[in-house]
Amino acid sequence: MPVAELSGVTKRYGEVQALRGIDLSIGHGELLALLGPNGAGKTTAVRILLGLSEPTSGKATLFGHHPASHEAKIRRGALLQVAKVPETLKVREHIELFSSYYEKPMPIAETIAAAGLGGIENRLFGALSGGQKQRVLFALAICGNPDLLFLDEPTVGLDVESRRTLWAHIRGFVKRGGSVLLTTHYLEEADALAHRVAVIDRGRIAAEGTPAEIKARTRTSGLEDAFLAIMHENGNAPEEVLQ
Amino acid sequence: MTNVYWMESKMELRKMARLRQYSVSTVCFPLMFYIFFGLAMGSSIPHGAMSFSKYLLATYGAFGVMGATLYAFGAGVAVERGLGWLEVKRASPMPPAAYLVAKAAVSLTFGALVVTLLFALGAIFGGVRMPAGQWLLLWTALVAGAIPFGAIGLAIGSFAGPNSAPGIVNMMYLPMGFLGGLWMPIDVLPKALQHFAPFLPSYHFGQIALAILGAPTQGSMLVHVETLLGFGLLFAGVAWIGQSRDHEKMYG
Repeated sequence: MPVAELSGVTKRYGEVQALRGIDLSIGHGELLALLGPNGAGKTTAVRILLGLSEPTSGKATLFGHHPASHEAKIRRGALLQVAKVPETLKVREHIELFSSYYEKPMPIAETIAAAGLGGIENRLFGALSGGQKQRVLFALAICGNPDLLFLDEPTVGLDVESRRTLWAHIRGFVKRGGSVLLTTHYLEEADALAHRVAVIDRGRIAAEGTPAEIKARTRTSGLEDAFLAIMHENGNAPEEVLQ
Repeated sequence: MTNVYWMESKMELRKMARLRQYSVSTVCFPLMFYIFFGLAMGSSIPHGAMSFSKYLLATYGAFGVMGATLYAFGAGVAVERGLGWLEVKRASPMPPAAYLVAKAAVSLTFGALVVTLLFALGAIFGGVRMPAGQWLLLWTALVAGAIPFGAIGLAIGSFAGPNSAPGIVNMMYLPMGFLGGLWMPIDVLPKALQHFAPFLPSYHFGQIALAILGAPTQGSMLVHVETLLGFGLLFAGVAWIGQSRDHEKMYG
């Protein structure tokens, strides 16, 4: 049984059709990357799987439960795009608070280690660098010892080194048996981390498979070229996709 | 599992206490006003049978509680909602009520702190004397006033944008204090403004506190309590509408 599933999901906001019938499933222990240009519907799909938004039609389930149910919530963690996190709490306090939401959280020290926050756990959030802040959000996502992790563009705006560090911690989570849904528009990121890639464009899944399969399908050597080829098949101008 | 409600409240208190723009201004403004109007010039100008220092203890207490609550809920919720933090909380297994309980805990704690400090100032420097039961009743009534104002703050927080919310709270808080008769006795205001006062929740809050002191008040205590509760329920409804509207925002 997949840990998360979208079947025939559409989402309409007034006049805008954000999702036009999406089928997607994440298997146990799998890291699925949802790839697509801005506005393709990645965040909408994530929000529906988190129960923050209801699909217009179709069905979303997590572990066989409704995504907004408590049963689903205690088995997942989420790193979302957030403009401002409370800055006057210490790293450790943020983690203690989120850990208290779960029934069987990881020990605080373990969470701090798994997110690479050793040595800065007593700093105020507001005093951290961009990379450190993202790692705190990662810590909040994994502190409950979840089976499934949602990472919505986790490395956007980070420098190369911070990005690589976060990747290492994401790989650590998968190695411990966790499943991940990662959205990104960094193709390199999908290539480096994902077992499987789903390319989403204008509210539809345009291609799906392992990074190697996607490259083979479009007869390209890099995921970036494959991505451009798929977008082109879908009738997007390349400069539109790349911006 | 540690109790989530306790943990959420504890962390919210630490967070707000460290946020100087909240903790310092919430506590200092009412105390400063009371020192200026209630103590520095007050003692020599008797207001009817009651000294200014005693009369204004009730009204600045109401003013202080109102501020602690409107900022914690109004500005606090608007910023966290508008800048995505509330979404992170909603995606987590936090019971939604814990969020409101924590904001209420902050409002009550800071409200209680302001009232206690005002009482100490009044008793030590203003020569305010009353029976222990009356002190206690006044303290309780003032601190409990955080509840209806929490609903008003929540309504602001559910509609206002993250950048405009602090300004909107100021625009409501200061005029409500002045026009509701919390800065100076309502009967020194021009008549036209006095007629307007009953439309303000701050006026009813002030009148309740003054009635406990035995100061001259207008209307009946029961009506003031009912009106304040009515305001609370009305704005709780407005906040509810704002929250449900928020769930279906557009995302890419």
